[in-house]
Amino acid sequence: MARATVVGGPADLDDSSLVLPRPRIGRYLSAIVILAVLAFLGVAVARGNIGWDVVGRYIYAPGVLQGALNTVIISVLSMAIGIVLGLVGALMRLSDNVVARTTASAYVWVFRGTPQLVQLLLWYNLALIFPTIVIPGVGSYDTNSLMTPMVAGLLGLGINEGAYMTEIFRGGIIGVDAGQARAARALGMTPFTAFRRVILPQALRIALPGTSNQFVILLKGSSLLSIVQYTELLYSVKIIYDRNYAVVELLLVATAWYIAITGVFILIQNLIERRLGRSVRTTSNRRMWLA
Amino acid sequence: MTSAEPGEPLVVATGVRKSYGSNLVLDGVNLTVNRGEVACVIGPSGSGKSTLLRCINHLENIDAGTIRVGGELVGYRRRGRALRELSERDAARARRHIGMVFQSFDLFPHLTALENVMSGPRFVLRRPVDQSRTQALALLDSVGLADRTQHYPAQLSGGQQQRVAIARALAMQPALMLFDEPTSALDPELVGEVLDVMRDLANSGMTMIVVTHELRFAQDVADRISFMDGGTVLEEGPPEQVLTAPQHPRTKAFLTRYT
Repeated sequence: MARATVVGGPADLDDSSLVLPRPRIGRYLSAIVILAVLAFLGVAVARGNIGWDVVGRYIYAPGVLQGALNTVIISVLSMAIGIVLGLVGALMRLSDNVVARTTASAYVWVFRGTPQLVQLLLWYNLALIFPTIVIPGVGSYDTNSLMTPMVAGLLGLGINEGAYMTEIFRGGIIGVDAGQARAARALGMTPFTAFRRVILPQALRIALPGTSNQFVILLKGSSLLSIVQYTELLYSVKIIYDRNYAVVELLLVATAWYIAITGVFILIQNLIERRLGRSVRTTSNRRMWLA
Repeated sequence: MTSAEPGEPLVVATGVRKSYGSNLVLDGVNLTVNRGEVACVIGPSGSGKSTLLRCINHLENIDAGTIRVGGELVGYRRRGRALRELSERDAARARRHIGMVFQSFDLFPHLTALENVMSGPRFVLRRPVDQSRTQALALLDSVGLADRTQHYPAQLSGGQQQRVAIARALAMQPALMLFDEPTSALDPELVGEVLDVMRDLANSGMTMIVVTHELRFAQDVADRISFMDGGTVLEEGPPEQVLTAPQHPRTKAFLTRYT
């Protein structure tokens, strides 16, 4: 082998040579195209028959605010149900117990495999099959009075969400290195302690982006509840435009609120992600392959 | 759990057999380690060394034979002539007194070095926080990491992580420490710091079973070396005998490849 030489630049480059970045032609071209499209859309909207004053008048109308609030409430509650069901479902799907595994798989199959709207209508019309609901030792109730739009909505959205969350949590749990469970067991942790203290915190970090995604889908999916007359955002603007026929204006009001709520949620998500990721953030390994 | 006096057998494995499907991994292993002894297990990859270690604290179950630690079965209860496997909950209780250190460190990445060392006392023994912290700080100091207590595993070198892992196992005040190739995943320049900690531990009288490829360490520290191949212990004895005057041809072949 040749003897080692001192590493240095070729002779024709002196120390003052500048390193020029690669030209970014694509960037300028794409900017021009996008600006042109935006300009075209802007002109179209400006010339279109939209009463912006109507949009402005209704954006903070009490009925609309109540609808936006109801959308947030039903989404958060349904997500809470979905998270609980999802956690249980994921543990069942990963269990050694074949009965639990099969049950959870069937749950995921049925509730992911049928349209959310159909599930919602079935819950809402449950009284047609079971006119009364009897809880042994508690009493019997008229199904119609129990199955309010809100209850039907919670069941429809929450149970459906649980099926998706089952798969997201399962992915999170599988994603935790197998050595973690082994190390926890070697310390003498019971399966429950190992899951709670070692596996779950790491699984949640993996599951967070998928969970956030589900929440955004759920937030918008809650507009389906307008079918069962739950006064969420879409139904509350529909009540107004059925009276004044300003359909597009009020749909734009709803659009603005959906965007705003989602925006706030993304901020919250970033905060949670930063907190859960504090142990890995300090290393730059995430950036390395994202750069 | 342990009634054994120094010099008395602490770990006794007899006729241990285990297979994964049709693949026989342990084929009648016999191994005795006395209290206060350091036993090194050497042998080629796939010889069953790591599996044996994991059977000792019942991370893996066995198909036949018995393993006793401090006179008690780990993970099993005698049922007439047979052994019945305990529930994972009960097995966890039996594992508390057996520390284990892995090739891949397996620190908990979401906890700081200090929290890792506190995890056993806190979550298993349910000791109060301040008591666990005092003990953990002392242990981290003893492995030379007093200045890294608030670091997360990702911020530590491999050698530092492995030393935290040793401290984490010691926090449970084990009667026995199992080391599964503790330096195999380390950069060569980091091996020394981990072996130094292990050497100190051995000098303090800890009973240790060390699966290793570090023959020099084995020669220096081990009271007894067992050579495993094909799922059995083929030869064992004091280091000078096994390493310098091996009897079994497979031991000879292994040693010439390694030195």
